[in-house]
Amino acid sequence: MSALSPSRQPRSITSRLSTFFHNNPTLTLLLLLAAPLLWLGVIYLGSLGALLLQSFYRLDDFTGIVVREFTLDTYRQLFTQSNLDIVARTVAMAAAVTVACALLAFPISFYMARYASPAGKVAFFIAVTLPLWSSYLVRVYAWKLILAKEGVVGWIFGALGLQGVLDAVLAVPTIGGPSLSVSMYGTFFAFVYVWLPYMIIPTYTALERVPGSMLEASADLGARPVETFRRVILPLAMPGVIAGSIFTFSLTLGDYIIPGVLGNSAFFIGQVVLIQQGTAGNIPLAAAFTVVPMVIMFVYLWIAGRMGAFEAL
Amino acid sequence: MSSAANVIPAVRFENVSRHFDQVRAVDNVSIEIRVGEFFSMLGPSGSGKTTCLRLIAGFEQPTSGKIYLHGTEVGNLPPYERDVNTVFQDYALFPHMTVADNVGYALMIKKVSAPERTRRINEALELVRLPQMANRKPSQLSGGQRQRIALARALVNRPRVLLLDEPLGALDLKLRQEMQIELKEIQKRVGITFVFVTHDQEEALTMSDRIAVFNAGKIEQVGSPAEIYEHPATAFVAGFVGASNLIRDELAQKLTGTASTFSIRPEKIRMMEPGATVPNGWAWVYGTVREVVYLGMFTRFIVTLENGGELTVVRQNLDETSMDVMSNQGRRVQLMWQRAFDRVVDAK
Repeated sequence: MSALSPSRQPRSITSRLSTFFHNNPTLTLLLLLAAPLLWLGVIYLGSLGALLLQSFYRLDDFTGIVVREFTLDTYRQLFTQSNLDIVARTVAMAAAVTVACALLAFPISFYMARYASPAGKVAFFIAVTLPLWSSYLVRVYAWKLILAKEGVVGWIFGALGLQGVLDAVLAVPTIGGPSLSVSMYGTFFAFVYVWLPYMIIPTYTALERVPGSMLEASADLGARPVETFRRVILPLAMPGVIAGSIFTFSLTLGDYIIPGVLGNSAFFIGQVVLIQQGTAGNIPLAAAFTVVPMVIMFVYLWIAGRMGAFEAL
Repeated sequence: MSSAANVIPAVRFENVSRHFDQVRAVDNVSIEIRVGEFFSMLGPSGSGKTTCLRLIAGFEQPTSGKIYLHGTEVGNLPPYERDVNTVFQDYALFPHMTVADNVGYALMIKKVSAPERTRRINEALELVRLPQMANRKPSQLSGGQRQRIALARALVNRPRVLLLDEPLGALDLKLRQEMQIELKEIQKRVGITFVFVTHDQEEALTMSDRIAVFNAGKIEQVGSPAEIYEHPATAFVAGFVGASNLIRDELAQKLTGTASTFSIRPEKIRMMEPGATVPNGWAWVYGTVREVVYLGMFTRFIVTLENGGELTVVRQNLDETSMDVMSNQGRRVQLMWQRAFDRVVDAK
């Protein structure tokens, strides 16, 4: 080396810097990651920590001031029957929305991943993401009109002479109501509609990655299409479906607009959080409520992991 | 071979065509693959050999013609109804299953009892010499190991015909040569008809009982490796299987007295000092060595002929060093070969 160095040209600062970084990959990585890590650490984890901390404080009912001492009072308050009802209602809705999204997304994604031409795939991506280009509020209000008593859906049922069916559906206790837009059905349809793209895209991506030869191999080894679907396609698509369900499930758990606009005015977690920390000023209870969906998501992912949903990753 | 005619072939194609829109991937092909033989389909990419394999497996349906497996027409029978199994080019192992579950897949589908299944999985893993890999995932295996597992998976059901689609293509040379011998041994041991697709002529020559040479959707020639090599039926076969000098038109007229195209293998040509005596029944021609390519075991000489054209000559490096052979560059030489070794071929 030393014998060679005298013959070298004097090198520029940038060239020497490049060499320095090239020879110190760990340092380079640290420098690159510093900003995003700080962001994640402070904004994400920091605020999560603050949230968790808040949930262990309590609101003094008389003074309306948050008492900054460790207590489980707020959680005791959370576990009252009416609040548990809200949690159960929200989780049931999130589960129903997730299952419906998965059932709707799978065939679409499967067709697009396996059979569509390249141009068809582009059209599919645009079609799937198109709703996301317009305001979420506008779309939710559009559903309110579509599902209203005098709306399109009611009219179709009437025109087909199926008014009785609609009335019977709406007469179901707790989920029914005076019209589709003022019942749990309305909440459900709007949720399924707004979150569907978040299920389709990861499902499609997972299916796209399954080589055709794998399906041929399964058939070659004697499996009928149903068996190939169950034993090969479904397990390989599962990580994508789970990824999609994380979106649909957690977005439903936290949303407060859709149940406010469409629904029978039974509360969902998101609405309670909004009310507690806004009008009621009970930040600790709002925080405790926010912890609920997080815990649910952890449990959900743990179960999914135990069931082997991520084995194909 | 007359006795073989009475035996029902393992696979029979009767004027089979498979067209994809305008492309005639397989164009009016008729073949018979005998029971228990190692049959290779050799050809360049796009010659229709893989499509033929897929037609046997049932992944493709013929546009016209009939396909028989052991005498029964399979027509539009789906793959899961056919008693054939495939080793895929990309192995197509299921990534979410262990090696044992991959190998036992066909048995599980057939609802074979668990102890019997374990026994046969172990037997299959034993056959490919990877018994200790049962609990691994495919992602934890090397390319060569995956190849063997794919083979075990396809053999576990003891199909009557095993289809292999360029199974050694992804392996490095050394491993490929080992696997060639091993595949052949396994085939002898299990006695199953192997249909092997490859674009590697050496591979086909090494392993096959018979070879079908494909070109542009058609079969150019079917025969034993020796027949294919020594008696190429067409110019294409002569050029694709091994190296060959093709001599046409005027030069052929000058050398042999007739204008029909003929082929002569480079290793059959002797390179001598000019003025060497030419025995009876030999052809000869003068030329100048234009290029010397030293290849270790042998040397390739490209000789420009005085009558026009070129011939490639290959000579084993018996008593010569690389320096010796290199010194031939630019030298005037006399080339000669026994007329018995040149072959008139279909010139198309």
